[in-house]
Amino acid sequence: MKTLLVAEYRDGKLLNSSYELVAFAQQLGAESAMFLVGAESVLPAYNGTLYLADVGKYGEYNPAVHKQLLLDVIAKEQPDMVVFSHSSYGWDLAPRIALALNAAQISEVVDIIDGVPVAPACNSKLRRDVKAKTEQIILTLQGGAFGLEGAPNGTPTVVPIDTDVAAQVEFCGYEEAEAGGVDLSRAEVIVSAGRGIGKPENLAIIEALAKALKGEYGASRPVVDSEWADHSRQVGTTGQTVSPKLYIACGISGAIQHLAGMKKSEFVVAINTDKDAPIGEVADVLIVADLKEFVPSLTAKIQAL
Amino acid sequence: MKILVCIKQVPDMESKFKLNSEGNWYDNSDLAWRMNEYDEYAVEQAVQLKTQVDEADLTVLSIGPDRVKEMMKKALAMGCDRGAHISDDDSFKKDPYEIASIIAAFAKDKEFDLIFTGMQSQDRGSGQVGVLVAETLGIPSITTIVDFAFAAGQITAKRELEGGIKALIKTTAPALLTCQLGLNTPRYPTLPNIMKAKKKELLSIPVAELHKVASKQETARMYFPEKRGGGLVLEGAVGNLADQLIKILKDKTGVLA
Ligand SMILES: Cc1cc2nc3c(=O)[nH]c(=O)nc-3n(C[C@H](O)[C@H](O)[C@H](O)COP(=O)(O)OP(=O)(O)OC[C@H]3O[C@@H](n4cnc5c(N)ncnc54)[C@H](O)[C@@H]3O)c2cc1C
Repeated sequence: MKTLLVAEYRDGKLLNSSYELVAFAQQLGAESAMFLVGAESVLPAYNGTLYLADVGKYGEYNPAVHKQLLLDVIAKEQPDMVVFSHSSYGWDLAPRIALALNAAQISEVVDIIDGVPVAPACNSKLRRDVKAKTEQIILTLQGGAFGLEGAPNGTPTVVPIDTDVAAQVEFCGYEEAEAGGVDLSRAEVIVSAGRGIGKPENLAIIEALAKALKGEYGASRPVVDSEWADHSRQVGTTGQTVSPKLYIACGISGAIQHLAGMKKSEFVVAINTDKDAPIGEVADVLIVADLKEFVPSLTAKIQAL
Repeated sequence: MKILVCIKQVPDMESKFKLNSEGNWYDNSDLAWRMNEYDEYAVEQAVQLKTQVDEADLTVLSIGPDRVKEMMKKALAMGCDRGAHISDDDSFKKDPYEIASIIAAFAKDKEFDLIFTGMQSQDRGSGQVGVLVAETLGIPSITTIVDFAFAAGQITAKRELEGGIKALIKTTAPALLTCQLGLNTPRYPTLPNIMKAKKKELLSIPVAELHKVASKQETARMYFPEKRGGGLVLEGAVGNLADQLIKILKDKTGVLA
């Protein structure tokens, strides 16, 4: 078994998630080589061949060009699997490669059991075993699903690569997430509001509990997208990563992108009307109740202590 | 200008799921169905674009059994001009490559200037179809957009990256965009528009006319994840639950000490 690992580089840094690909190859006991559009000055700690294209020349986001660079390496290496992170870079590039190779792509793999990739379905309420019918397969791995045991180490053998294919889109730089607002990473208690609050007025219930516990309130993405709360309050992959002593998730289903931002919390309480909500997987206590009734009652009792 | 928006019908994720008798998908009966959340943003963006440019014609496409027409009518009431329903009772068995090839076969000779899709579906979550359609048609695609502007054939979009950082991308039409949550505020169809939508064209095309490729993967088995265990599940009267939780918080965390 031979794998080609597609590492990622952003804003002058090698992304740590690249090592999850190494861990995946190790778990499989597979041979590996690595592909990176990056820089000679920030090489991954990896023992093996690194096909390196110069990011200065090809840009951090340039799908048509990265695709050609990668296809050239695949033609040379003939890997059984091409492995990406299921990230904004990976889910953008992987299907382009899959189509060009006429290969199956299995997305957001969380495990591999007896050689069969496992992927989530329906907001992680279900799992599915996916069988590829093609010889070469493309995988994207869910963030955090595979991890290295120790610190990464090694020195790659760099093979520089080039292409002269034309770009299809122009990457004009990054825009940082809005600065300011609250710094949730310092809060010892976070009470978060999800779509289950139903309407913006109900945010007050969540805020009141946060205050009674001397903490801050946070939010899931739909609450922020609806502009009921500021982006600085958003917990998850595209918001803040938090690890408070106590995290109370109110009306939050527990999508993987939310869990990624809060699963390191010391103690997690979830309040949800749906007993099967995936948040139950990470909650120390799941209260099956309507938050509109339960939360005010809890707040009143805490205030009375 | 011609615009296409591709949408999918998915179960409400709060549904109580059951498995089908083959054990390779969820049981399609007794579910509440709705428009894939990501696709609502795609429809809204397509409608906003149509309003912005003069003389646009906006087609909404969906693949699936007859019930998807209900959702397509919502898209028509939101402002799409016509619907193309690719009629297929087995669409849930098709892999992203087959679905994309059907859409591409439909779009091939129609010269759409812009195509919008959701970035992923809520049930399968593969996030492949949009990009595969674009690659098959040989047009550029930008994924996971949270901002979109169009002027004189120029597209300026912002892709959302991890941590909420955005990448500013430019390209020219024809192109395909996959839409992320929060791209805009999807409108609610008004009653007059719901009435108007009833008169709009909603054409059904048998999937066999467009489906010419074989699948590359299959779901061998679907199942419920094993419970990690450990977590306590509490049910009952609200006041009682609050007392129980306070006791737990006192015992297990320092916060009420
Ligand atoms: C690339 C990408 C990045 C993302 N980044 C993030 C991110 O950073 N953060 C984030 O949160 N999401 C993120 N998401 C979105 C994520 O996938 C989910 O859509 C989102 O987390 C869902 O939010 P929610 O749980 O509040 O809403 P839902 O999933 O709609 O869940 C609502 C929950 O409330 C419960 N409920 C309803 N009524 C009540 C009631 N009265 N009392 C109690 N419970 C009730 C329901 O049972 C349900 O479980 C991202 C998605 C993508 C694709």
